[in-house]
Amino acid sequence: MSALAPLALVLLLAGLALGAAQIAGLRPVLGVLLPYAAFVTFLLGVCHRILVWVRAPVPFRIPTTCGQQRSLPWITPSRIENPSSTAGVVARMALEVCLFRSLLRGSRAELREGPRLVYADDRLLWLAALAFHWSLLLVVLRHLRFFLEPVPAAIRALAALDGFFQLGAPGLYATDVVLVAALGYLLWRRLANPQLRYLSLSADYFALYLLLGLAASGLLMRHVVRADVLAVKQLALGLVTLSPTVPEGVGSLALLHLLLLSTLAAYFPFSKLMHMGGIFLSPTRNLANTSRAHRHVNPWNAPVATHSYEEWEDEFRDKIRAAGLPLEKG
Amino acid sequence: MAEEAPAPAELAKVDYRPPARDWREPAVDFRRGTYCYGAAPKNLQYLGLPNPRPWQPHDADWKLPPDWKQTILAGMKDRLERFRSFRLFMDICVRCGACADKCHFYLGTGDPKNMPVLRAELMRSVYRRYFTLPGRLLGRLGGGRELTEDVLKEWFYYYHQCTECRRCSVFCPFGIDTAEVTMMGRELLTLVGCNINWILEPAANCYRTGNHLGIQPHAFKDSVDFAVDELEEMTGIRVEAPINKKGAEILYVIPSAETFGTPHYYTLLGTLLLFHAIGLDYTLSAYASEGGNFGLFTSHEVMKRLNAKIYAEARRLGVKWILGGECGHMWRVVHQYMDTMNGPADFLEEPVSPVTGTRFAQARSTKMVHICEFTADLIREGKLRVDPRRNDHWVATFHDSCNPARAMGLLEEPRFVLRSVCQRFHEMPESTIRERTFCCGSGSGLGTDENFEMRMRGGFPRANAVRHVRDRFGVNLVACICAIDKATLPPLLEYWVPGMNVAGVHELVGNALVVEGEKARTQDLRGQPLASPEAPAGA
Repeated sequence: MSALAPLALVLLLAGLALGAAQIAGLRPVLGVLLPYAAFVTFLLGVCHRILVWVRAPVPFRIPTTCGQQRSLPWITPSRIENPSSTAGVVARMALEVCLFRSLLRGSRAELREGPRLVYADDRLLWLAALAFHWSLLLVVLRHLRFFLEPVPAAIRALAALDGFFQLGAPGLYATDVVLVAALGYLLWRRLANPQLRYLSLSADYFALYLLLGLAASGLLMRHVVRADVLAVKQLALGLVTLSPTVPEGVGSLALLHLLLLSTLAAYFPFSKLMHMGGIFLSPTRNLANTSRAHRHVNPWNAPVATHSYEEWEDEFRDKIRAAGLPLEKG
Repeated sequence: MAEEAPAPAELAKVDYRPPARDWREPAVDFRRGTYCYGAAPKNLQYLGLPNPRPWQPHDADWKLPPDWKQTILAGMKDRLERFRSFRLFMDICVRCGACADKCHFYLGTGDPKNMPVLRAELMRSVYRRYFTLPGRLLGRLGGGRELTEDVLKEWFYYYHQCTECRRCSVFCPFGIDTAEVTMMGRELLTLVGCNINWILEPAANCYRTGNHLGIQPHAFKDSVDFAVDELEEMTGIRVEAPINKKGAEILYVIPSAETFGTPHYYTLLGTLLLFHAIGLDYTLSAYASEGGNFGLFTSHEVMKRLNAKIYAEARRLGVKWILGGECGHMWRVVHQYMDTMNGPADFLEEPVSPVTGTRFAQARSTKMVHICEFTADLIREGKLRVDPRRNDHWVATFHDSCNPARAMGLLEEPRFVLRSVCQRFHEMPESTIRERTFCCGSGSGLGTDENFEMRMRGGFPRANAVRHVRDRFGVNLVACICAIDKATLPPLLEYWVPGMNVAGVHELVGNALVVEGEKARTQDLRGQPLASPEAPAGA
């Protein structure tokens, strides 16, 4: 159920886009109005969400330590897994953001006869997640050629490298293949693994379907129903130069692609996709483990009621005296 | 109770298949052996906490205050604004499932709500419903869930089926820490008076007397005196164990269980002997007679209230710095909270070992050093004479306690000490130690008898790894540096791996320590005969 409703929703969106693309009066809605609205929502939404996070203080220094602390000079500390310096934190975060360090620890526990628990390395999730995120980044960068004129050499080189295998004409991009394969695996494991299926929400599937829809419509435009690249570029340039126009040549697939992108952008700030910004703010990863070396200040650290030594001594005075322990007030 | 618990073979049949029922429909069966009793009103009253009343989790009516729902939601809003961790961890989980089988309670129960991701979703779904746009607009479609009494009961059940061990946080791509979510859950439950007695009673006792069991000053002194006498009987050496001594150089704070519980007590013996051997100028305190802090399992506020006495006592006694004993969650509080909450400790000095001159720069702000850091330094600098043969009757392994491992990174110090005093030492499998260590299953205040079945389930992965090294290397001793471990591993191992022993690292130090003027040691600190009775010392 959680998996079906979002699929229906994405298909409905696609159908609406294809239908609306046929109606001349609605083409500017798909090509200009919705993308603008989505972009503004994305921008304001993301800023708002990050502001909400940043405004909330980090009252305590709570890094999760995954290695030896820095203590005695002859014990080798884990400079990255348990950082005690800013450089260590930066390295830890870089590994986390660029290489998904924590996912790389992936393992699978299995209960066997005995009873015996055995643990096997399981890096498939790490691999699929990494492949998906990196190929998505490259695809997005490649798309910059639609929004920039002249196209920077770096983007051209990236596209050339990506199409290096020269399979078919137009050449198949390696990132497209990896992107679809990785998304496919991420969707498959959510459906095939009973525990994962049990805990997955509609939102988890919705994001996957949107991304798969984007990839599929993109691939179709490049390899099956050829899009008029010049017209699409005109549309894209018009959007970024604030002189929007929807040229004749822009086909319904391109408008569908754009609608799915607008949906994703508008949905982004309200969804789990915000982990893109959140990962940088995670206090268990972005703080050095220096809690005893440097005092961490909590802005709302308010006084609390305590039970003072004097109260304690007053209550137990006779017993303290009988035990021969020293007293503050004889 | 323990004796009614199902047999191990029964408990080991874990079914990991999720039920057909949607998890969003709250349903908790308070089955005997799987939950802890509610807190007695007197304990709440003593601490001034809300809604003291007699109640039990298995009652249909929890006697919640009439406005409980507003209270919880207001409390949630307040904490979302005060803790970035809470807000962030509510927002950014992608439900990838990397944490799912990393939780000892999940491995031991197969209950999907013990997957850290889903345990947090119990709270997240309520957060979405009341604090996010999609949830407010679309309700269930937006991933939201109404806060009902059943949801609250579910929180109570599952937030006391998490030992705040942080193992899931190690594997999470964003570092989402279920301990943090559980702490928030328990704080919110505290607002409406839904606490467990096994946490609130020690907390109230600690507030009043300074320690969990409510040991009063004279009794505390009796216990320490008794230890001094016993030590003399065993070693022929009369040690000093000052209490509330002004002007001592170091305040030594222990988990109070060392004065009355076994095997904790043998750790105290070892430590007293060690301090005598190096002529340490230290004092214990009957007021700060407990480093453990069950406030950590209640709320940040109660934690702070209980922790305050350590600095206050250090100041009153005029010591230079503080040394802390073998206790896991105490070190989490000392390491990650104490200075922030009750510092700055500018009346103390940066800790320097009076024996070796080593500066403990890692503790220059809190001024508090872990006993394993202290002893490792002594051994490394050649200041201790040890005869590791005196531990030859032990084949030891080391259990990393959750808090020193994942909230501190104290991994090598205790191992170095252990290897120096014990010849036969074997590690458990890599996936079950250091930052991946498995909890004893009874941490965070859940180690009570009525919760026995759940504790055995939660401790199953740890026990399993112990059995592995027993079968492979003949290990007969689990060494650890946590008072809760010392209390809960013995029954756990008795259940899953009978015949295993548990000891503190400093018990083994005490066994091996060659002290000037001692009589020939024929027994260890437990009074057990040594494997190879030795020639008199100095021969």
